[in-house]
Amino acid sequence: MTPPRPPGAAGPPAVELEAIAKRFGAVVALRGVSLSVGEGELVCFLGPSGCGKTTLLRIVAGLERQNAGIVRMAGRDVSRLPPAERNYGIVFQSYALFPNLTVARNVAYGLETRRRPKAAIARRVDELLALVHLAGHRHRYPAQLSGGEQQRVALARALAPSPSLLLLDEPLSALDARVRLTLRQEIRALQRRLGVTTIMVTHDQEEALTMADRIVVMNHGVVEQVGTPVEIYTEPSSLFVARFVGQMNLLPATACARPGWVRVGAIDLRHRPAAPAPPGTRLVLGIRPEEIAVGPASRGGDNALVARVRALQFQGALTRLALALPGEEDARVDCDVATHVLDELGAVEGAELAVALRPAALRVYRANEGDP
Amino acid sequence: MTRASASAAIPDRTVGHRLDRETVTGHALVALFALFLYVFVLYPMLHVLWRSLLDNSGRFVGAANYVRYFSTPAIAASITNSLTVSVLAMTVTVAFAFVYAYALTRTRVRWRGLFRLAAMLPIFAPSLVQGLAFVYLFGNNGMVTRWTGVNVGIYGAKGIVLAEVFYCFPHAMLILVAALTATDARLYDAAAALGASRLRTFLTVTLPGVKYGLMSACFVVFTLVITDFGAPKVIGGKYSVMATQIYDQVIGQQNFTMGATVSVVLLIPALVAFMVDRVVQRRQYALISSSARPLVPRTRPLADWLLFAYCGLVALAIAAVYLAILVSSLVRRWPYDLTLTLRHYAFDTIGGYAALGNSMYVAILTAVVGTLIAFAGAYLVEKRRTALRAPLYVLSLLPVSIPGMVLGLAYIFVFNAPGSVLNRLYGTLAILVISNLVHYFTVPFLTATGALKQMDAEFEGVSASLGVPFWRTFTRVTVPIALPSIVAISMYFFLNAMVTLSAVVFLVAPGTELAAVAVLLMDDAGDTAQAAAMSVLIIAIGLAVRLVYWWLMMGVTRRTQGWTAPLPDERMPA
Repeated sequence: MTPPRPPGAAGPPAVELEAIAKRFGAVVALRGVSLSVGEGELVCFLGPSGCGKTTLLRIVAGLERQNAGIVRMAGRDVSRLPPAERNYGIVFQSYALFPNLTVARNVAYGLETRRRPKAAIARRVDELLALVHLAGHRHRYPAQLSGGEQQRVALARALAPSPSLLLLDEPLSALDARVRLTLRQEIRALQRRLGVTTIMVTHDQEEALTMADRIVVMNHGVVEQVGTPVEIYTEPSSLFVARFVGQMNLLPATACARPGWVRVGAIDLRHRPAAPAPPGTRLVLGIRPEEIAVGPASRGGDNALVARVRALQFQGALTRLALALPGEEDARVDCDVATHVLDELGAVEGAELAVALRPAALRVYRANEGDP
Repeated sequence: MTRASASAAIPDRTVGHRLDRETVTGHALVALFALFLYVFVLYPMLHVLWRSLLDNSGRFVGAANYVRYFSTPAIAASITNSLTVSVLAMTVTVAFAFVYAYALTRTRVRWRGLFRLAAMLPIFAPSLVQGLAFVYLFGNNGMVTRWTGVNVGIYGAKGIVLAEVFYCFPHAMLILVAALTATDARLYDAAAALGASRLRTFLTVTLPGVKYGLMSACFVVFTLVITDFGAPKVIGGKYSVMATQIYDQVIGQQNFTMGATVSVVLLIPALVAFMVDRVVQRRQYALISSSARPLVPRTRPLADWLLFAYCGLVALAIAAVYLAILVSSLVRRWPYDLTLTLRHYAFDTIGGYAALGNSMYVAILTAVVGTLIAFAGAYLVEKRRTALRAPLYVLSLLPVSIPGMVLGLAYIFVFNAPGSVLNRLYGTLAILVISNLVHYFTVPFLTATGALKQMDAEFEGVSASLGVPFWRTFTRVTVPIALPSIVAISMYFFLNAMVTLSAVVFLVAPGTELAAVAVLLMDDAGDTAQAAAMSVLIIAIGLAVRLVYWWLMMGVTRRTQGWTAPLPDERMPA
């Protein structure tokens, strides 16, 4: 695969991985992963647990050794360098703050071995604590801080030696939901301001979508898709990505003789332009709940149907309708509708609604072996 | 996508990192630790095994020694004797200790703190002191014997069991107190809510909860007794057990081969007990959930009074034993002339205080060097995950199942071999330090491993990423955090080195006498009052060191309070 060149990058990519493979005994964790991260980019490794994303991060860090493949940083091959010589900062899920050292000593930890004058170290510590809004906490111990504050100390400690690369291993997963939202924005703003190239590992797709410049979706030790958050969300390139990122209705279908059409139960539907499949091929159609047009908006064009409302689930601003397609009482399709238009549409349980599965929104995937 | 080219061709070896100073240092330290364990644990043990297959002139004779051992009734009796006293002492000790521990943890009996302290006394004395005390009380010239005119015939199995029960009591009690403390009050609430009677609750909740603690206590006591040398030596009379058999074969008859043979046989029960205990302990940890609520015992007047009386009697009995030692060290000529005197504290027959000085010197060195090696070794095994991890771990656990007599004999073979480089250690204080260090290595090693496991696994990763070498993080973070464990480990080494007899009895030489061995020799020579005086001093030093330890721990706790507790006024209770 040729990794897409990030826009505006002049020199070699900040991090370049070439065919990284890793085994733990008989278990294969990574099957030849290649990708590149541009200077100043924030890239998320996203995937379910066990997909190899943390292993990949640890290989970049030099904390784990790959069985094959090359790691380059700014064009330099660092595959055989010990961690200390790779020039990065890392924040772990547990933060791994030193409990017996104050906040200031934690932040200064990486500076003190570099033979800098004491005054310069103190200045740099002040600078970083100001950056993460913890200037008032410098003499506290980690146990005296909240989870979010500890996280920021870990960030400051990692950034103190001015590394050219920042690695974040599930940095927000130990925090409660509200703190997580604030810290997402804070980390992103900080990263932008410093322009430091960042790789973040997460299993939280929302986190990846809101924070990343590009997302690397991984599964079973391979890269499924690389793209901007918008690309990943709107053009999931595989069934796995379609399932893993966002909500997606997936309907089993078969290819029709007419190119560009498939049959779902008794209905023929036109889909997005896609590589032609021989008639009878088992396929899966994907459409997001918010992409289904309901009521007046569904009129005209292809794939207009009448569906019955089987259930409603109030979710706040939106209400999710569970729809049954005509002749397909078992096939449930979820559809999100703004709550304030429910009455207008007459959407109550048992009602019949005009809907349209717009061809432009109907993605088509080959069904995997063993999928229904 | 690269899926196609995938899994088939992933090489077995990982891409090696360039060797930097840090990696080389790490490997070198691991190698050093491996060398230590090989030279002082594995190699001596293999030597004993090998020697048991040779005859006294060094010819290979296969299993002939074992055949002779089992077919010579006089020698083989030591096996059944050992098993008999071990099982008896184990049963009695655990039964007594269980009731005692129950009273300390599950009732509101008064003076629980005092009872606990009293029961700890035997920890500070060599095992032969208990034996001596019972000789002073019930021996042919004993205090009780003379008062009552009844000679109970203490020499033999009776005396050994009695002495061992006192010697092992604190060990069993500590395990059982821990087991009885780790319980969940919710289970008792549930039993009460379901209308269970007190007896039924005890049988269905209390006993199953401490099942593993009881088993662990049994194994520990059994191992202590079967490997003990001191008590059977002074009170066993003609009743020969395996540990004294080794001594008699080696010292009495210079029959090293038979000594090695008995040693190998003695290894078996200790090894089995140890392995079963490991399995049992692992289960114990899984028994208590993290959400358990501690049990707050209620007042039950009758039971509390009965248990108070029981604890009082046990504590008095223990106190009486040490009082007997103290008194007999302070009177002119027991039991004929009871005027008080300090003349037995001059130790004129063994040349004064040299032995006691040696003992303290050896104990301090054992504490310092042992703590260093055990903690650093545990760190290397736990945190620098090399290929040697598993073998080093196993070798570090091995010493706990090596009886002291066996270790001592093994060291004679290895360090008293003419022409060997290791020979230079023989007859020095260094060999005594090393043998203590190895003899008591496993518990500190496991304590250190436990402390290290509690630390964040990523400290090393963080410091590597910051370019800080691991030894700096070791001294600045790992050691300060583990300080309470480190102090406890050095304490353990010191106390054991002060009281041990079995391993060092083969290794002392002119100029390197130790206090515990001096007790044995003076008792052998009939200087019982001086033996008692030396025992008193050993116990006194142990108690003093324990006080220092307690005071140190207060300091450590105060120092670490800042980083273990949140600021009280600013944070909500989490």
